[in-house]
Amino acid sequence: MNPAMETPEQIRDRLLARFPGAEISLVPNPAPGAQPSLCVGAAHLREAAVFLRDDDALRLDYCSNVTGIDWPKPGHLEVVYHLYSMALRHGPLVLRARTGNRADLVSLPSLTPVWRSCEFQEREVFDLYGVVFEGHPDLRRLLMWDEFKDFPMRKDYVEPPDYEWEPTAHDAVAAKAALQHPAAAAPSPAPSPEKT
Amino acid sequence: MEITPEQKDELRRHGILLTSLEELYNWGRSHSVWPLQFGLACCAIEMIATSMARFDIARFGSEVFRPSPRQADLLIVSGTVTKKMAPQVVRLWNQMPEPKYCIAMGACAISGGPFKQGYNVLKGIDRYIPVDVYIPGCPPRPEALLNGLITLQAKISGQSISGPDAPRHLGSADSCEYPVPEFGGHDLEPPKNPDLWQPPAPARAPKP
Amino acid sequence: MIEASTDALLPSPGSRVRPVRDPFHGDLLEVSMGPHHPSTHGVFRMVATLDGETIVRLKPVFGYLHRNHEKLGESTTYLASMPYTDRLDYLCSMTNNWAYALAVERLIGQPVPERAEYVRVILAELTRLLNHTCLAGFLLQDCGASGTPLMYAFREREKILDLFESLSGSRMMCNYQRFGGCRVDPGAHWLAAASRVTEGYGRFLDEFEALLTGNEIMMARTQGVGPLSAKLAVAAGVTGPMLRAAGVAYDIRKVDGYGIYPRFNFRVPLGEHGDTYDRYMLRILEMRESIPILRQALAEIPAGPIMDPKARLRGLRPKAGESYGRIEGPKGEIGFYLVSDGTPNPYRYRVRPPSLINLTILEDLCLGRTIADAVIILGSVDIVLGEVDR
Repeated sequence: MNPAMETPEQIRDRLLARFPGAEISLVPNPAPGAQPSLCVGAAHLREAAVFLRDDDALRLDYCSNVTGIDWPKPGHLEVVYHLYSMALRHGPLVLRARTGNRADLVSLPSLTPVWRSCEFQEREVFDLYGVVFEGHPDLRRLLMWDEFKDFPMRKDYVEPPDYEWEPTAHDAVAAKAALQHPAAAAPSPAPSPEKT
Repeated sequence: MEITPEQKDELRRHGILLTSLEELYNWGRSHSVWPLQFGLACCAIEMIATSMARFDIARFGSEVFRPSPRQADLLIVSGTVTKKMAPQVVRLWNQMPEPKYCIAMGACAISGGPFKQGYNVLKGIDRYIPVDVYIPGCPPRPEALLNGLITLQAKISGQSISGPDAPRHLGSADSCEYPVPEFGGHDLEPPKNPDLWQPPAPARAPKP
Repeated sequence: MIEASTDALLPSPGSRVRPVRDPFHGDLLEVSMGPHHPSTHGVFRMVATLDGETIVRLKPVFGYLHRNHEKLGESTTYLASMPYTDRLDYLCSMTNNWAYALAVERLIGQPVPERAEYVRVILAELTRLLNHTCLAGFLLQDCGASGTPLMYAFREREKILDLFESLSGSRMMCNYQRFGGCRVDPGAHWLAAASRVTEGYGRFLDEFEALLTGNEIMMARTQGVGPLSAKLAVAAGVTGPMLRAAGVAYDIRKVDGYGIYPRFNFRVPLGEHGDTYDRYMLRILEMRESIPILRQALAEIPAGPIMDPKARLRGLRPKAGESYGRIEGPKGEIGFYLVSDGTPNPYRYRVRPPSLINLTILEDLCLGRTIADAVIILGSVDIVLGEVDR
């Protein structure tokens, strides 16, 4: 089993002592047994990441997972890093960073120089969410083609209108079909004689 | 003089083989269908399993999986065709020489299957290339693929080599090539080949 | 080769490569392998720049099987995503099921009955056998041993698939595990059949190894090819057999001790050189370790319910929160990160794909090798495109 790691509160306090004035807050997680995560401001994200990686008590040398999340409600994009330590076999520590908004202030410092494993995952977040990672060595679209213009994992992404009608019980699907096949949305005609 | 199939069988028992050019031609075409060694997704694993010892597609003359489309007769679209992959699939189809056949293996290749609502998933390969046999399943069992192959062989055997029902490659038009879609800003352009495929007409109005 | 500084752990910039058109040294050649290529294990593409036959740059191109798993996961309920996880890494549906079930169980605090835990271990280890056997077959196919090893591998795969089919109704897409247990009880007949497969597997491995492990061509093609250093492996987030072949003892079955793995006594094999041969050998050794785990689990499995009777599947609405569940899949750390906002659908559904992240170091392994070696190195990484692109 995992040896105990410092709690996120202790790590936050040590980070604040190391980088006075940095925006570091705890994000609570109400799920049973789950730990809170650390939200670090973009200005100190890279330094905080290097600290977490190199600190002797933490040595979070393994960034497992990079996730992009779109929050249209507060109006920002969020990137979540799951950090583990292979050297000390503990973890995870969940690190989050938030962009200014969803339109023009979408850049964050890239953590690829800190953890190489972020390379493809940050490209994926750039591709699907449009977060621009500054300092990424090769920031291109990963999954979609280069000419693609949208960010399809955002909550407000609109699919291209190639929706085809299908008999379905799902109201949301039927509503989409009605938009694209207005004729079908009209009251159903009498069954045609040749189809009996 | 008309010769019935029974008479033909009787003659064959005596060592006399009667045939027509059409029969010979179709027999030759249908029993050495070489598939393209081309896997897309989950169904490709079942396609490989079909070619292995237990199911042994060699019993049906199709064990020669060719890596090059130039040597292949059959395109087994085995898996989800994404929009990013669709131009390549059409290009492979164009590179195959006639006579050529296409099997849409699995729900994804037929219609997008479970991934139909995805933004990068093509809702069926028949939007761009003509499909001869559809094999439903997710993934279809190897037996289903074998049945699809037998269906294809039956389809080939039943074709007449002259007249209006002659297969595509015997026609005069150079119909071997199909337009390759291009990557657009939001979708493939065009999103379908209208000569091949039109959206099905709604049979029932959706709930308002 | 890899210096201590962080810069060496970064991908090599393109500027180190000489210009493509160079009248003095001769032109470089750009080869696009894939997405339709027999050796790329699916629709993977790599753009290799060659100086003669030597690779000086290699950039993987992804997305040819990007079927929007995560977006679909956000638009369906928690339970409805379970069949989709089968189609991530379509060789290992059972471990994908488990990882997802684990993430949801952590999100809602759902206990799992003892018998289900044993069944999960049995299925996960059978999946490991299946995956590693197929990988060895495909790797040998890439080395040029076309046909025979793969036929042997698929012969064994069919035996395990028969078990999966009689248990879940489907050969590949098992959709078997649920939040708080498993779908149906295996029953005594199934366990006896699983025992028979387990007992026969050692003999198959002996036969397989007699054919391959000491094979001179195999050794010449793979030893010293694509060595991966432990330092780079850790920095690049490489997990699974690739990481352990580089000599890092990190097996999530031991580290996290999820499920009931702490009760099992097994060793974690480690590689010494981190080359392609080590990666092949490590998988063989892992299979040999899986057999005693299976034996122990099949002997000790208790009676009892297979599903927690209080478990709620339909109409599941977890409270707002997030969870990350990870297990040691056959390819590496397969994890699911779920964010709930209290609705029946996950707000964010993220898959941590081991195959994609293991490919981070593909270029580093291939630089300076010939294009034929790149095929073998890729084969030893063990990718499945359904998981790389999702």
